[in-house]
Amino acid sequence: MSFEIIVVGNGMVGQRFVELIRASNNSELFNINIFSEETIPAYDRVNLSSYFTDGPQVLNLVPEQFYQQDSLLNLWLGESVTEINRFDKTITTSLSRKFNYDALVIATGSSAFVPPIQGREFQGCFVYRTLQDLKAIERYASRSKVGAVIGGGLLGLEAANALKTLGLQTHVIEMAPYLMPQQLDMGASQALMQRIQDLDIKIHVEKSISCIKAGHNGAVSQIVFANDEKIDLDLVVFSAGIRPRDELGYKAGLGIGPKGGIVVDEKCQTLDPSIWAIGEVACVQGNVYGLVGPGYQMAEVVADQLQGKSSFFKTPDTSTKLKLLGVDVASFGDAKGITPTSLGVVYSDPITKTYKKMVIDDKAKILLGGILVGDISAYPLLKTLIGRALTDSVEQLLFQNITPSSGISIPDDAQICSCNAVSKAEIVSVIKDNNIVEVVDIKSCTKAGTSCGSCVPMLKTILSEQLEASGIVMSTNLCEHFELSRPELVEVIRKNNITSFSEVIGKFGHGHGCDICKPVVASILASFAHEHILDKKHLRLQDTNDRFLANIQKNGTYSVIPRIPGGEITPEKLIKIGKVAQEFNLYTKITGAQRIDLLGARVEQLPHIWKKLVEAGFESGHAYGKAVRTVKSCVGSTWCRYGVQDSVGMAIDLELRYRGLRSPHKIKMGVSGCARECAEARGKDVGVIATEKGWNLYLGGNGGFSPRHAQLFAQDLNSQSLVKYIDRFLMFYIQSADRLQRTAFWIETLDSGIDYLREVIVQDSLGICKDLDQAMQNHVNNYKDEWSQTLEDSEKLKDFVCFVNLPSQQDPDIVFVTERDQIKPLQITSKTF
Amino acid sequence: MTFTTSKSLISWTPICHYDDLTVEVGKAAFVKARQVALFRLSDNRIYALSNYDPFSGANVISRGMIGTISGEFVVYSPMYKQPFSLETGICISDPRYGLTTYPIRIDSQGIIQIGGL
Repeated sequence: MSFEIIVVGNGMVGQRFVELIRASNNSELFNINIFSEETIPAYDRVNLSSYFTDGPQVLNLVPEQFYQQDSLLNLWLGESVTEINRFDKTITTSLSRKFNYDALVIATGSSAFVPPIQGREFQGCFVYRTLQDLKAIERYASRSKVGAVIGGGLLGLEAANALKTLGLQTHVIEMAPYLMPQQLDMGASQALMQRIQDLDIKIHVEKSISCIKAGHNGAVSQIVFANDEKIDLDLVVFSAGIRPRDELGYKAGLGIGPKGGIVVDEKCQTLDPSIWAIGEVACVQGNVYGLVGPGYQMAEVVADQLQGKSSFFKTPDTSTKLKLLGVDVASFGDAKGITPTSLGVVYSDPITKTYKKMVIDDKAKILLGGILVGDISAYPLLKTLIGRALTDSVEQLLFQNITPSSGISIPDDAQICSCNAVSKAEIVSVIKDNNIVEVVDIKSCTKAGTSCGSCVPMLKTILSEQLEASGIVMSTNLCEHFELSRPELVEVIRKNNITSFSEVIGKFGHGHGCDICKPVVASILASFAHEHILDKKHLRLQDTNDRFLANIQKNGTYSVIPRIPGGEITPEKLIKIGKVAQEFNLYTKITGAQRIDLLGARVEQLPHIWKKLVEAGFESGHAYGKAVRTVKSCVGSTWCRYGVQDSVGMAIDLELRYRGLRSPHKIKMGVSGCARECAEARGKDVGVIATEKGWNLYLGGNGGFSPRHAQLFAQDLNSQSLVKYIDRFLMFYIQSADRLQRTAFWIETLDSGIDYLREVIVQDSLGICKDLDQAMQNHVNNYKDEWSQTLEDSEKLKDFVCFVNLPSQQDPDIVFVTERDQIKPLQITSKTF
Repeated sequence: MTFTTSKSLISWTPICHYDDLTVEVGKAAFVKARQVALFRLSDNRIYALSNYDPFSGANVISRGMIGTISGEFVVYSPMYKQPFSLETGICISDPRYGLTTYPIRIDSQGIIQIGGL
């Protein structure tokens, strides 16, 4: 005989419970009847407003065929439970049917609370709770212009987002002095309000409503406030809180909590041992939780018990991180500082509309909670620190990301490698267990850093932390062949006018070199000795991208990116690129840096492709090199009605000046024609933003894994000083940065960071500016296009064949298929070798 | 069961002239529908290994850089940088993987021949 379970309600939590039971080992023992008053199966109520942007399908929570294919699951839609008969263990439904239960799980959730305001019943008044509510709002909104949401909490702002999406002029009305009073404090809320007002949503706080008025057609037409102010409108949404739907429990004599909710113990069991309550209808240990996370936990607790496992509800983490109307908000732990004698440290910036607060204990040692609005980059770190001793100063924790040089301690459970799910604790333990002193050994032991590689700098930090703790100083030696760091190598190469790898390894290193020191030396020689990188003596130092002057792709073909300075291109040249792509059947894509990428070129095709491109007036874009890549620009004052300087002209000048300059890592630049910053220059290593008087120079921006805004270096520069400072910045970076260290990280390693750079570059505190200027002038004078030089040299071209013994043979394993009218590599499957 | 280990049983295929190889710059060869990566070291030793990179599934080993790890000569896959021993073909960072190695000889004209294919 099967065990009969009845679930009342098919909301998110009820559905989760059913799925947990079905996934259990002995699921065939349970027959489950589920009743729902709604006419569609469970959907995602948390993201309700995405109904308006993406349609109802995206909200569906029930796996396909979940109920249809399972004879032990009966979902009765449009049929609610009206009565629980505890003595004969049956329920009665709205269709007067009776069902037995061995276990009854109440998951009826909650309903929207509509405050008793006069006029709340008029046509055009809605609540925001179910899909049906949304559909009704959508229909009504199509003939409305102005809408108001009553209630400025989390749900109210969601509803406001919905009204905005539906094209209504939107008001939000809140009785409290500020928005989201549950999660935020006044200051945080002000930052949020400023940002929301920028979206043209009108916010009215500390307002009580005296009544809602209707026009002669009976439809809502006006809200009147207690102070007699009025808003004319045609749609009202109530979002003033929720109330547990506990009527069933109440009628059945189950206890009800002081603020509503069926009283349950830590096992989510009611006073009747055959009845449980989960989700928003449950009052567990005196609390009703209006969040889905705790609800899911309750579903688990009950599912565990029904399978004979003991399981208890634990105080949930109610930290929230969300995007409201496009604004990032995070609230965690004791966000509002309720703990007696707790201290609050607040940073509030009305200009950037950013708010950051940390709540700490009275000894300023333990983090209790916090709030972040606008910039929530500190959230992942802070959340892991709740209830723990502060690892660093409050300022550091609020303002810095975890980086190698920030000096911030990384919590043990922080995930360092997200590709392979490796935590700091795991990394630390392999370092200790295996006496690891090299990052490469961390990689092979944990797989951390082996996928995208962007966490490698963090691995380095963790390793040096550990080594330092055990008294070992991490070697700055480049590799086993050189007992010199990269900057030291630059110095010896320059001082001794060295022009070959053999010479430098013979005099200052030992052995034959490796894939670390060879490209480093190749890069330094290219930066300062200006010889062609494919010259015979340099060829063996180049990795495959530099060796073939193109970027290798996953199937062994290459991509080609011609230089398009500043992103400006004539129609004629655009057509020529198109013709080349057509002739060689290359996949064509616009890159993130405003260039055109031609992919799928075989090694032997590269010179033929470049012959055409060079004839058409193009030169190498150096996308393959650790070098200055591109200067991105907006259209600037020439065309843009807001532009204040010619950003395209400046971008072209900069790109032509620095093209081909090799460096420890790639360098990207951007020039924006006004403060609107359309070229996203502050995300670049070198960012230039036009002002009325000249140019602002920003340094050390970064996209990628550790996004970083560039820092303001100097303001209102004329073009000449701008170029002078960039010259010096680039050369100083090339001389003194570590291998593969982007400018952002490099600046962080300098004591006093950007201020130090200013001393070196502007005040010439090291007395090296003349040398830096000269080095850059040498680069500019010696620049030659790598591809045209290659095409002119038959020796260099010899290398561009696939097979040395069969020059006409192509690699038969490179196969393309067609997708969206272009080639794509056929997925390579593993084969025997 | 008996094995015959006579060198005369290996068939040799001529590939290219010794001078066609630059020191520490690999070249690929196409031999009986197989792809082989050839490397010449500064002491003029020549190595031949399978050109197929087991990690990426692409035929790219010949385009890898040459280096030494604790004195052992390796080629680094240009795709994801795993080092493979030139002598044994074994991947140093993950010995579950490896490249087939092939014997090499050079005739009196300086032509490199590859065996075992």
